[in-house]
Amino acid sequence: MANPQEPNAAADVEMSQYLADRARVNEEKIKQDDAIIDQFGEYTYGWHDSDAAGEAAKKGIDEQVVREISADKHEPEWMLDMRLKGYRAFVDMPMPDWGVDLTGFNADDFKYYVKPVGKQAATWEDLPDDIRTTYDRLGIPEAEKSRLVSGVAAQYESEVIYNSIQEDLAAQGVIFVDTDTAVREYPELVRKWFGKVVPPDDNKFGALNTAAWSGGSFVYVPKGVHVDIPLQAYFRINTPNMGQFERTLIIADEGSYVHYVEGCTAPIYSTDSLHAAIVEIVVEKNARVRYTTVQNWSNNVYNLVTQRAYVREGGTMEWVDGNIGSKATMKYPACILAEPYANASTMSLGFAGAGQYQDTGAKMIHLAPHTSSTIVAKSISRGGGRSAYRGLVKIVEGAEGSSSNVVCDALLVDDFSRSDTYPHVDVREDDVSMAHEATVSKVSEDQLFYLMSRGLEEKEAMAMIVRGFVEPISRELPMEYALELNRLVELQMEGSVG
Amino acid sequence: MHTLEIKDLYASVETKEGRKQILKGVNLTVKSGETHAIMGPNGSGKSTLAYTLAGHPKYEIEQGQALLDGQDLLLMTPDERAKAGLFLAMQYPVEVPGVSMTNFLRTAKTEVDGKAPAIRTWTKELTEAMKRLKMDPKFATRSVNEGFSGGEKKRAEVLQLEMLAPKFAILDETDSGLDVDALRIVSEGVNRAKEKDNFGILMVTHYTRILKYIKPDIVHVFADGHFVKTGGPELADELEERGYDEFMPEGASESALA
Repeated sequence: MANPQEPNAAADVEMSQYLADRARVNEEKIKQDDAIIDQFGEYTYGWHDSDAAGEAAKKGIDEQVVREISADKHEPEWMLDMRLKGYRAFVDMPMPDWGVDLTGFNADDFKYYVKPVGKQAATWEDLPDDIRTTYDRLGIPEAEKSRLVSGVAAQYESEVIYNSIQEDLAAQGVIFVDTDTAVREYPELVRKWFGKVVPPDDNKFGALNTAAWSGGSFVYVPKGVHVDIPLQAYFRINTPNMGQFERTLIIADEGSYVHYVEGCTAPIYSTDSLHAAIVEIVVEKNARVRYTTVQNWSNNVYNLVTQRAYVREGGTMEWVDGNIGSKATMKYPACILAEPYANASTMSLGFAGAGQYQDTGAKMIHLAPHTSSTIVAKSISRGGGRSAYRGLVKIVEGAEGSSSNVVCDALLVDDFSRSDTYPHVDVREDDVSMAHEATVSKVSEDQLFYLMSRGLEEKEAMAMIVRGFVEPISRELPMEYALELNRLVELQMEGSVG
Repeated sequence: MHTLEIKDLYASVETKEGRKQILKGVNLTVKSGETHAIMGPNGSGKSTLAYTLAGHPKYEIEQGQALLDGQDLLLMTPDERAKAGLFLAMQYPVEVPGVSMTNFLRTAKTEVDGKAPAIRTWTKELTEAMKRLKMDPKFATRSVNEGFSGGEKKRAEVLQLEMLAPKFAILDETDSGLDVDALRIVSEGVNRAKEKDNFGILMVTHYTRILKYIKPDIVHVFADGHFVKTGGPELADELEERGYDEFMPEGASESALA
């Protein structure tokens, strides 16, 4: 696999300086941010607007609800069958008895389908005022206007209400629509792959998603097409007790390249919310896909997500995964290296603050010779938060010449937080190379003293150490996400010194 | 003209055997442009003096003052001391993974000066200073002290000294672990910075060899937690010949204290 860090060395310097400058020169901006945070409580995006549709939706799920969702979307028979398979699997499968604590979880507490507007808007101006205000706060139009993103799919509750794609992409044959539209307009492509990478009965919450999914993105990149700038989607949950089940399917045809960026923010509610998404990715021969997530769900959201990629000969899959928010996250981006010379990497960061449990990791399944994988998992725990790395590397018999490299680094900021590592390795072939390295470190008195003796206040010294720790992940993010990640980490760190 | 005045300083540290007093009545006055060599046997407390002045939380002040132009450093946090104009070049600088030297230096400079340095002149000065210290330009992008050799760490400390331009610099065993060439380069860096900024120097060292490159105005012998003798440069020559034996507490040999 190409080393992703080399070409970034110069960018890294600029990035560091940019961050340092931003932290300093933009103090005004930070003050404003802080004022907003004060206004809305600790959570930056913790407002919510009027919600007529959400109040009317009913709670709980049964076969009737599943049929209603499908009928309301005018879906073909095969999709209804798929949903029903998912529903039955969800009912039959037991709750996971490992990972995060799900004893307080009750599927009947959530709403499974909320439809906010009658038709999809074509431009920002078409959006209802309150929804547009919400997106303005998230800064989406600015990002759109400055062309930082090549297409924006903004998911508001269950329907994608706004969707745009730049003309040159469309001219290249790139499809970027919400998944509901894709089912209607590209039935053959969708049917070929939907539920193939993550089957309906894969796991309990994947099954729930299959039964109740709504929205999400569908991306198809034709042979040889390189999408130069990231495709971006922003998700928000607005209705209390609203389960969000977006379903994303990305197909990168032979020799193509695409970077998909997903950001998540949810407003604060007093009752628990559920986010159970599925992301399926197909990487055809010699194609490359990068999927980047920075999730900052508010601290009452269960974030239970299945992400998996199927990688063919010579293909490359890269997951970049930042988990900052949520009450409990279970997420283990997986790659099935199905054909020779397929390769994959997962770079993840989990930040567990007070009351949070980030159970994250990665799975690499080597099914063919000369496949390679890299996992870099970093976690920060503070304020009694708990983070865990849970990983699987499996190399089957006959996958000779394959290699896997796993690095887990945990940073503990105080004495009462917790970090665990559960690496699982299953190798059935002799001719392979396998490395695993795990470290747990504490921010040391000497590190703090060193930086402080150079003029940095304790708070800034601590932030610099933590930023340095997450730097291998943040350097992989697009600039605006790296800034957001650093800002989120800084917000999370507040109150940790004193 | 700035003055650093240490008055009747007592400090202790928590050890496995309980609290132990290390500094036992230190008195010293340093003025801008002066170079003081602080020499003494291992374990005499001379490094403790350096770290106590810079504010390492391990050391507890029992008594005394350290006045920089009348302001007591001992009442300040380490970053406030840096802003007041104190710099400590450490014997064992710590690694800060993921933080590039450029970012670190610029942040430090901004904090110490209270404003960000102008990008163009800053980059130029930094590049030139690194060149003079014979540091590979790649150092700028590397993480602070991470994977640096002993000699590289010392150069990086002197680079910071040059860039941060303090009023007083404490050099803690800056000569340790350096070969002759590296010692010369590092010493020249210190001399250059001093010529430019005219700071006062407290040079803590066990050996006299660095004094060939950084000429002291005053030489002190530090033993058992305080100064026991003060003289001119010639005192260093005496120490070179006779060692520290006459200053050791009765019954203790240097190796026992090391």
